[in-house]
Amino acid sequence: MGIYSCLGKNLDEVTASLRAGKSGIGIDPKRIEYGYRSPLTGILERPVLKGILDRRSRVCLPEQGEYAYMATAEALKNAGIDQEYLENNEVGVLYGNDSSAKAVIDAHTTAMEYKDTQMMGSGAIFQSMNSTVTMNLSTIFKLRGINLTISAACASGSHAIGLGLMYIRAGWQDMVICGGAQETNYLSMGSFDGIAAFSTRIDDPTKASRPFDRDHDGLVPSGGAATVILEEYEHAVKRGAPIIAEVLGYGFSSNGVNISQPSDAGSIIAMERALKDAGVAAKDIDYINAHATSTVQGDQLEAKALDKLFAEYRTPISSTKSMTGHECWMAGASEIVYSNLMMLNSFIAPNINFENPDEYSQNLNIVNQTQEKNIDTYLSNSFGFGGTNSALVIKKFRNTK
Amino acid sequence: MQKEEVIKTVNEFLVEEIEIEENLLKEDALLKEGLGIDSLDFVDIVVIVEKKFGFKIKPEEMKDVRTLGQFYDYIVSKVN
Repeated sequence: MGIYSCLGKNLDEVTASLRAGKSGIGIDPKRIEYGYRSPLTGILERPVLKGILDRRSRVCLPEQGEYAYMATAEALKNAGIDQEYLENNEVGVLYGNDSSAKAVIDAHTTAMEYKDTQMMGSGAIFQSMNSTVTMNLSTIFKLRGINLTISAACASGSHAIGLGLMYIRAGWQDMVICGGAQETNYLSMGSFDGIAAFSTRIDDPTKASRPFDRDHDGLVPSGGAATVILEEYEHAVKRGAPIIAEVLGYGFSSNGVNISQPSDAGSIIAMERALKDAGVAAKDIDYINAHATSTVQGDQLEAKALDKLFAEYRTPISSTKSMTGHECWMAGASEIVYSNLMMLNSFIAPNINFENPDEYSQNLNIVNQTQEKNIDTYLSNSFGFGGTNSALVIKKFRNTK
Repeated sequence: MQKEEVIKTVNEFLVEEIEIEENLLKEDALLKEGLGIDSLDFVDIVVIVEKKFGFKIKPEEMKDVRTLGQFYDYIVSKVN
């Protein structure tokens, strides 16, 4: 696996941030100038790819594509996969991405200035399409398997991993690169800010994202990219792969109700389906990485759903979005990476800023300080606009042979 | 504009922006086969030429332009 986020540029940096309960949130002054209600955002640096990737590859990569390249290069390296392997075996890519707003807006601005589409340059079309991340990764790494972008709002990254599991179970692929990517530029989030979804706790950025807390007032947008390499078990063993975990179960549902509002009933279906698919019961879950984004309604409805399924087991719960903000299209994949890092290092990262529960979260075991804990099996939730829900159950790999 | 000035500007952007190795930049170098400029690269060259020299390359005028030397001459003919 590999990660590039506001908590760090690689697995080691991110592990340290998770353990320390460090927030990656700050202020983007450009958003104030542009007219945002809230200039809060996850802060991360663009990677420098000159000297690493050739010009053609760089010209076609949008911001989130650069993050996806970094996360994927780290993931492949950690999985013991080199370029020669990729060119001699069929490896697929299923990646979550649901916008490439800056590329579209930049191209439009150029056309308005010059009244000539050719002035957009050669990279604009490849940066602008929703499938930009998979088209770029498959070209850069010379992939020859399934090549598909998953667009499912804030559940994109989670569905990508769930679908990767399906491709492997079906025997269609031995190995699939799965993940999620999210752009963080000011052009990409204006319309989301426009529906008053963001926290306006501007005077205290690191306290703004406070999932499940009584005083939550909206989410903080963020981004980056996260990659996991899914591989058929026997294939991984035969290759001598450093196996981290097993994707045990995938559950999905669609609320069929409202375009922006979540649903406790819909998320329960996804969670129950994931547990059933994994062949485990609610009591077997050692940790839940909640979707909770710090919006009033979303947190409350998820808390209600978690209360129904897990309250009697006092299952430890945290939302890493308290530190990262909402990584949107990437979140479902990054939260698998974050949870895997906790599982590998035997701790639960805190739901920072959870100071006072509300009536919905009061019965839940929300962890607000780093806790040393062995995690064997965890559940990760992701819900998105349009009522799309995804839940994944992951189990730590133990070599019993 | 003198030809030397055109050569300097063109070579600069070919090296800096199109990332072609400087030692390949000879007047008899073929744009496509020698310098590896493909149709997408050429889109970017059209953009750069318009910004640096203030005119738009017309595809029909490029029909007989195959070498770097011919490309310099084409630009010289357009800017003067």
